Amino acid sequence: MIRASKDIWRGYLIGIVWLLALLWPLLGIHSDGTLSFSRTLQVWLIIAVITLLLILITLLYKNQKLTWISGPVARTRSAIGSSSQKVPTWGWIMLAALFALTFPLYTGRSAQDVAINVLVYICLGLGLNIVIGLAGMLDLGYIAFYGVGAYTYALLSIHFQLSFWLALPFAAFTACIAGCIIGYPTLRMRGDYLAIVTLGFGEIVRIILNNWMTLTNGPNGILGIKAPGIYYPSFADGFSIEHLWLKKLHYVYYVVLLLVVFTIIAVHRLNFSRIGRAWEAIREDETAAELMGVNTFKLKLLAYAMGAIFGGLAGAFFAARMRFVSPESFTFIESAMVLAMVVLGGMASIPGIILGAMALVVLPEVFREFELYRMLAFGASMTLMMLFRPAGLIPAKRMGKRSEEKEGA
Amino acid sequence: MTEQPVLELQDIHTSYGNIKALKGISLSVFQGEIVTIIGANGAGKSTTLMSICNIVPIEKGAVFYYGEAIHKRPADTLPARGLIQVPEGRRIFPRLSVEDNLDMGAFFRKDHAGIAADMGHVYNLFPVLKDRTRQKGGTLSGGEQQMLAIGRALMGRPKLLLLDEPSLGLAPMIVQKIFEIINNINTINKTTILLVEQNANIALKTAKRGYVLETGTILFSDQSDALLGNPDIRKAYLGEI
Amino acid sequence: MEFFIQQLINGLTLGGIYALIALGYTMVYGVIQLINFAHGEFFAAGGYIGVILLSFFAANGLLESHPWICLAASLVLAMGYCAMLAMAVEKIAYKPLRHASRLAVLLSALGMSIFLQNGLMLTQGVYDKPYPTSFSLGRFEVGQITVSYLQITIVLITIALLILLNILIFRTRIGKAMRATAQDKTMSSLVGISSNRIISLTFALGAGLAAAAGIMVGLYYGSVSYYMGFVPGIKAFAAAVLGGIGSVTGAMLGGLIIGLVEIFGAGYISGQYKDVFAFIILISVLYFMPNGIMGENVDDTRV
Repeated sequence: MIRASKDIWRGYLIGIVWLLALLWPLLGIHSDGTLSFSRTLQVWLIIAVITLLLILITLLYKNQKLTWISGPVARTRSAIGSSSQKVPTWGWIMLAALFALTFPLYTGRSAQDVAINVLVYICLGLGLNIVIGLAGMLDLGYIAFYGVGAYTYALLSIHFQLSFWLALPFAAFTACIAGCIIGYPTLRMRGDYLAIVTLGFGEIVRIILNNWMTLTNGPNGILGIKAPGIYYPSFADGFSIEHLWLKKLHYVYYVVLLLVVFTIIAVHRLNFSRIGRAWEAIREDETAAELMGVNTFKLKLLAYAMGAIFGGLAGAFFAARMRFVSPESFTFIESAMVLAMVVLGGMASIPGIILGAMALVVLPEVFREFELYRMLAFGASMTLMMLFRPAGLIPAKRMGKRSEEKEGA
Repeated sequence: MTEQPVLELQDIHTSYGNIKALKGISLSVFQGEIVTIIGANGAGKSTTLMSICNIVPIEKGAVFYYGEAIHKRPADTLPARGLIQVPEGRRIFPRLSVEDNLDMGAFFRKDHAGIAADMGHVYNLFPVLKDRTRQKGGTLSGGEQQMLAIGRALMGRPKLLLLDEPSLGLAPMIVQKIFEIINNINTINKTTILLVEQNANIALKTAKRGYVLETGTILFSDQSDALLGNPDIRKAYLGEI
Repeated sequence: MEFFIQQLINGLTLGGIYALIALGYTMVYGVIQLINFAHGEFFAAGGYIGVILLSFFAANGLLESHPWICLAASLVLAMGYCAMLAMAVEKIAYKPLRHASRLAVLLSALGMSIFLQNGLMLTQGVYDKPYPTSFSLGRFEVGQITVSYLQITIVLITIALLILLNILIFRTRIGKAMRATAQDKTMSSLVGISSNRIISLTFALGAGLAAAAGIMVGLYYGSVSYYMGFVPGIKAFAAAVLGGIGSVTGAMLGGLIIGLVEIFGAGYISGQYKDVFAFIILISVLYFMPNGIMGENVDDTRV
């Protein structure tokens, strides 16, 4: 064990000294002309110790020394796995549906708030998933469609008093147009360039929203957007149609739940349709797909447009829920978060995306005191996930088998 | 006690993903020899050389160079030990000049006087390169590029020279010339050479011994004359009907 | 007319800055075909180290007494710091993923970018950090045109760095080795060039140049912020692509063009949308002329 891991210890030592050299100037040199070491050493020691422990655990695990823990853990995992296999998929779905439908009955406001956020992100994640997970194109400016949808409903509500439900198709439409505009020039580009260009587009949309005062009111945002409303028949004093503003939190919850269910069904159907399979072909090997008669251009554009549509719908909902929109909500970091959700949760895997959304919304809530470190942890976990588990937490199950597929989950 | 081979491959297995390219190759090359590996396209000849140089990692087996196991060593440490390959397709650095290409061949060396002298020798060997010393490598003709590639390898003062299909895509007259030079490198510089070739004819006439490779395994191994006389080999690789 | 010349001077200054940052993108892409998303953070880190050092010197009275030595020292130290930072990032986030999918590397880079940005924020504070004002060199005027001595200093330093880089890349042995590695990585291994070392060196050089740009931007605008790497990073990338990714000369040209377009665009068309011009150029170049001005200069043999 010692000989093989000499490299690891050497790497650790070099790394930890390097870290100190990088850390100290930021923490130890002060603008009042003094130098200090205590803060640096504090932080450095914490990191050094944690990494040391992780390395020790990994080494012990690799050398079968930790079987007294890993054995029972593995047994429990397989036990859970096999018993959960026995429950058919529709069983899980019924369970999830039951949970989701009855959720507001036994939870308070803040939990419902969190749940609404999770559902919105699920919607966004599923939309982005069409672009990334299904068609294999990296989009870093996805949040632009969210913004377009939100502002569409906002403007229609303010200027034309259009109701939420009537405005939804319009939001979808404008988002779709935006998707086509952004998609059209980028379709020919290869992966790396595509990423940066979509990033640029996302920024352009934000800048336009921020600066086109006459249309969007710039950084001040748009106030006074109407919440969704429904008409329902009432038999109180004889038959009449009553109108209700869905402002109460649990009503809002059901609206977004409806949206999410719609999105899940749509994405699922797409996934297993001819279009979905064509997308998979493009994702796997675009040249081969092209040679087999798949019109890659149209299909990629379609993927963009569909992804944009779901983003736009989510955006419209967002506007209706907050009743206020401003360009602040549509920054690159939001795009990155949705991206992280899709990728870390498991690309093209619907349960993975749901898990990803939950993790990304709930975890920061749980670790409220560490609010400051939220984004730091976020960035680190993206890199770490790529290093150790690039397939995501719940990788998608493929429809067929690939010849090179060796590793499992 | 038998002489220690310069290069020894013991039961090499190499794969590209799930495709097995080499299925148990064993061969040896002794000091001062020219040994050739012939075979059809896709037989695994280039893979063998790339495995020796650890560009393509070996799954199973071992490679010994002057008795030392080198199959775990990084590829870029080999030229300093005298193991230099001229890979298939010449692979000249296209946007570097002829002179810079040659200079890169001696990158690992620090003796500037020696490097300058060697460059002189290479220009003597290939006068056509001297005329084009500032020209970008990518603009040279196929034959010139082959000469440049060999010259670049010579700049490293190889003890073992691996050549991958030097005749590829070249006119017969130029091939003749190149192989003359290969012969000279062996006889004059005393460099050991492992030559991989599709042109079995000229390969077997230049080399002393040969191995016949087919789909990842060695079918025959013998003196070149014997291989040249072998009717199966003549039918399969030397163009006889 | 004077307005034009003023914009020209400003544009060239800014262009030089973009060129310095763009070089890092282009060199790294040349050797390993990766868009280093975190590159903008090296620019920001350089700016921060510059502030930290100069403020330290200022508080100790050294800035007053030896301004040029302090500036030079800060420049060198910041460049060295960012070189070390870049090498660490490469080792941790990119090297292990050399054979992974493009998406994985891109996301790892993205993660690093966010991590570094927030690292700066946590260690240095959320607010903009001002450069010490004691470092003010004054300006001179020619008619309506104002040129500050700081601007001249920036331009001179930029030119010096670009010349040094040129000499390094085109006239030294190690520079040729870098170009060889960018042209054919496998072959360069076969002649004994260590790809790992070259890649580390490339990252170090690129980050060093970005750091220099960071200090100069900090001096020019008077402060740094932890998110200052984001937008200039994208614009510098646009410059690298415009010039032809992988081409050192291209990056220099591209940077100048982007800088000039941005300043002239802001001056003559619209100041609010000035960031958009670089994006538009990027998208247009990638659509109409993806190989850029000087053409691509990457490892054509990559599988």
